[in-house]
Amino acid sequence: MVTYIFILLATLAIASALATIMSKSTVNSALFLVLNMVALAGVYLLLKAQFLAVVQILVYAGAIMVLFLFVIMLLNVEDEQSVFSKFTFKYAFGVFLGVIVAAQILYAVASYTDILPDISGEMVYVGTVEAIGTTMFTEYLFPFEVTAILLTVAVVGALFIAQRKPNSQN
Amino acid sequence: MLSLTWFLGLSAILFTIGTIGVLTRKNAIVIFMSVELMLNAVNLTLVSFSSFMGDIHGQILVFFSLCVAAAEAAVGLAIIIAIFRNNHTVDITKIKLLRW
Repeated sequence: MVTYIFILLATLAIASALATIMSKSTVNSALFLVLNMVALAGVYLLLKAQFLAVVQILVYAGAIMVLFLFVIMLLNVEDEQSVFSKFTFKYAFGVFLGVIVAAQILYAVASYTDILPDISGEMVYVGTVEAIGTTMFTEYLFPFEVTAILLTVAVVGALFIAQRKPNSQN
Repeated sequence: MLSLTWFLGLSAILFTIGTIGVLTRKNAIVIFMSVELMLNAVNLTLVSFSSFMGDIHGQILVFFSLCVAAAEAAVGLAIIIAIFRNNHTVDITKIKLLRW
């Protein structure tokens, strides 16, 4: 049963990822990326990481993708005319390099097949909000606070960069 | 039964699709989305290793990487807006101020 759900979610994730990089309209790309994030959240649930599945949907599919869609609609970019329609050297070379990367990673994964651990017994207790919260607010308290500073700096920096000419009057 | 190899393979395929997107597309926003795809693939690797080893620290690392991804998305989209304001395009083949 779990295997079938994994295959369903994996197919959905790969198909939506392909659709993200192949669709002509930028808005369609962003919406397919949302679908990809939701499928990945399902895979996280299969891995018993409930907290990260919820955070994935809240942060990625919620916050980041809304930001993307706002920027796309703000910029009003026109659709690309030829995405993969005409064969050029650049596309062929890009796909070739990508296949090489995939082959390398899959080879590295496959060569460790027998050494990798089986499902751990503690796996059920690892991904809960309680377990993650306990670790994060004891062992990782300082990095957590630094994250708050990082997000503040990012927001201020983004506002400053996107601002229309800070010194002029218009 | 479902083993760790399947999750790592899915992550590798998603990472590759992101790489191909970065290499082939011309729209800066789509390239940025492909980078997000690659980030997600690496997060999946971390979560699957963390779950299969029964170790929580991998998931904490994924949480921090999510925070960094949020910050990166905000700053990156602001840079894209600034580029669009100066060049009136987000086609990276037409933005050639710093190259020849």
